[in-house]
Amino acid sequence: MKQTATQVKARKPSAEETALIKKFLSDNTLFLGPDPEIMQNHDLMPRSASEEEAIGKVSDAHTIAKIRDRIQSGCDEGYEMVEQMGAAPGAKWGDVITGVYSASGDLAIASAGGVLIFSALVHHPIKFIIKNWMNDPTVGVREGDGFIHNDSRYGNVHNTDQSMILPIFHDGKLVCWVASTVHEGENGAIEPGGMPSMAESPCDEGLKMSPFKVVENYEIKRDILTFLQNSVREPKLQYEDMKVKLFACLRIKQRIEETLNTDGPEALVSTLRLTMENVRAEVKRRVSEWPDMTVRTYIIQDSTLRENCVVKINCKLTKTGDRLIFDFRGSAPEFTNRPTNTIVAGLKGMLAQVFLCYVWPDLPRGQAAFAPIEVITDPASIVNCSYAAPNSQSLMSIFTGFTAGQHAVAKFLYSCPEKYTKVHAPTFNMINTFIWGGVSQHGETLGNLCADLNGMGAGARADLDGEHGLAPIFATMADIGEQELNEEDVPFLQLVSKKMTRDAIAPGKYRGGQGYTMIAATKDSEQWGFMTTCQGAKIPPIQGLFGGYACGCYPLSKVKGIDVYDILLNEPEKFKHSIEEIMNEQPFDGATYTTHHMGMGFEISKRGELFMISQGAGAGYGDLLERDPAGVIRDIEEGLISPAVAERLYKVQFDSQTLAINHEATADAREAERKARKARGVPFAEFIKRWNKPAPPAHLQYFGCWGDDVGKLYMGSADKFRLADQPRPSYMRHPKDVRIEELEARLAALGALEDEKK
Amino acid sequence: MKVLMTEYLRINLDTENWECRVCDHVVGSASKGYKEGMLVYDRDPREIHPPIIDPKKYRFTFSPDPEWVRILEYYCPNCGTMVETEYAIPGHPPLLDMEPDLPALKAQWAQRDEVAEAVVGPAVLPEQGHKH
Repeated sequence: MKQTATQVKARKPSAEETALIKKFLSDNTLFLGPDPEIMQNHDLMPRSASEEEAIGKVSDAHTIAKIRDRIQSGCDEGYEMVEQMGAAPGAKWGDVITGVYSASGDLAIASAGGVLIFSALVHHPIKFIIKNWMNDPTVGVREGDGFIHNDSRYGNVHNTDQSMILPIFHDGKLVCWVASTVHEGENGAIEPGGMPSMAESPCDEGLKMSPFKVVENYEIKRDILTFLQNSVREPKLQYEDMKVKLFACLRIKQRIEETLNTDGPEALVSTLRLTMENVRAEVKRRVSEWPDMTVRTYIIQDSTLRENCVVKINCKLTKTGDRLIFDFRGSAPEFTNRPTNTIVAGLKGMLAQVFLCYVWPDLPRGQAAFAPIEVITDPASIVNCSYAAPNSQSLMSIFTGFTAGQHAVAKFLYSCPEKYTKVHAPTFNMINTFIWGGVSQHGETLGNLCADLNGMGAGARADLDGEHGLAPIFATMADIGEQELNEEDVPFLQLVSKKMTRDAIAPGKYRGGQGYTMIAATKDSEQWGFMTTCQGAKIPPIQGLFGGYACGCYPLSKVKGIDVYDILLNEPEKFKHSIEEIMNEQPFDGATYTTHHMGMGFEISKRGELFMISQGAGAGYGDLLERDPAGVIRDIEEGLISPAVAERLYKVQFDSQTLAINHEATADAREAERKARKARGVPFAEFIKRWNKPAPPAHLQYFGCWGDDVGKLYMGSADKFRLADQPRPSYMRHPKDVRIEELEARLAALGALEDEKK
Repeated sequence: MKVLMTEYLRINLDTENWECRVCDHVVGSASKGYKEGMLVYDRDPREIHPPIIDPKKYRFTFSPDPEWVRILEYYCPNCGTMVETEYAIPGHPPLLDMEPDLPALKAQWAQRDEVAEAVVGPAVLPEQGHKH
């Protein structure tokens, strides 16, 4: 059939028509999805008329400082309440933030401890409430209301984190908001614990709460609460922590009201606004002290958690005057059916952590510290994913994005005379821990994780080794908890816990802080299992600094076909306290010993089977030949490194019995190694002729740009790619289908499938 | 005027060259990457991150996979100091990791005194507390 169309010349609508169209669209919105205008913006809202008026009346620095300290104390008090009373393991160990937000929704003052990534993320849902519910007659925002939220597409990191948000009124006028956010864990996803790596679409990720009202007259609405409880594996946790968050908000509200009564609303509003504006201005001043430069780095993810592949996080950081611009273009395209994507706000939140935790820890905690810093990404990329992409394992991309930022920033800081912290090699960045779930020894259905994710090894500094098992990159003041207390609630033991993993090192003039071994075995439940969600079993997920090395790799090891509790009872001498000994000596008769990457989907464990992992090391700093020999010997004595590896790498000569250092022989060995470097090193121009390849290697499934050509993003092979600004779906096949196909091909090659009907 | 850019490199603003801080070797023009003046070695990552469990028995050993990643080691050609490392996908072009804006750097340091020893940054001491 022939189609005909009459061309109509485009006409710009009049102002009246534009207003009519806008009203029509506003009145007939089908679905209030995440708002790009809100979600893509991390800067402060413009100064409002009421803020302008308040600043005109109160701007005395002493008054502002007094009120800021008072509100800060209130936030810290709320934080303590959540940490002490919260039921979620994340709450107990500091995976929390509380804060006071301006009437426009900017986070002005946040609790000092806890997870500061939230400082750049929780303002989005408040802005959604302001934009959509404030004037909606079916919702509204009134005194006594409280809103809940967890869907990261509307703000936040991932949907295990739930927020409680309360508007604060004074004489009938909205003056600010308070909110409390906790990593709750369980959320009803296809795997327990709230961070499913098996999710292939957002519909697999459990509760997806856009901001909605769940509290009226300061009471939790029971009908909605019941719906939420009915949607998750831990109804008790859901209720308890909603109450805890609500009461923490009410305590902060009480502190705000005390300030309102003594100093008046203008003083409060002015304090919130000026705190943010002053921090923002100070950040621009500090940036201007850095050298004008461009720094490039990339961090490699070696899996999607379902299969090994190479996923590039590409980062170019440029500083010009007082502008600092993170350019993540060239990073991998988003995966259509893998959950390691992140919304861009999550990436920005983690980059904010680089500054709040590692560069300028003296700045007041809040949204303003990252507000003036710019971020550029490709659309529908792994660091700026679309609405339809799953993101429950966004940690993989925000943590590797963080490391790219931390690595790049260190190269600016070195020459800058004005420092607030020491120059720092990248800290380990993966959540090497057990996520667990099932029915406990008390008959309760549970789904959560061990706080060992908080034991990441720290990067070395310009004059110090890194600290072991120190803190997670997302919360420098979090705790790893007491495993013995945890074991009262869950039906498994960590048979080895907090023992440093020998030779899992990051060498350097100053070495990285090391990670510890965890060996877990289920004991008192037939309905219990584990998952692990980390990258870095084939490629280290960090880079070293100034000649220091990164960490090595960290696999999952399993021993099956045994009951270790029987062995401990009957043949205790057979049990060994390291992965190295158990896997190499294979001491248990009839057992199977296997290794895996760290993306283990939820797996039911039988009583007494061993699941063994290690926390990771932070990166090393400087040339390892400059390491103080006494430091090397100390590492041997502390079981961090074996004598043979120490001698081979650090070229330290010592007596094998007494560990006494032969300084002269050490100096000679190191000089010989420097000569050997000069002999084996190839001039750069000659090296790249041999090394550089025009496209990714054929044997790797590669995602992202190759070299500097950020306009072309590879999607798994050298002949499959997209233009950076033109999104295409990127599906991964089911790993079991891939494996079955491989095995069938082998059977076919042997002629074993000849009779099979097609 | 010389600016200390990394643990082992400085820029001589007068000659606009990268220099080695260990041996004073002139590495090359600061309008290009310092790596262009370095020796490079393609290191098997298993040599630095040794297998902790037996590679004959197991697929994953705590060592990086040498077919998936290599360590590029950059040495000063004069003194052999390892100035930088780069964990790289095989065949991926080395990064131009530091590209300073020389005129801006000169203008910035025209307002500052030369710094002979790198500023390490503040130490965190146990007796330091929050005080008013």
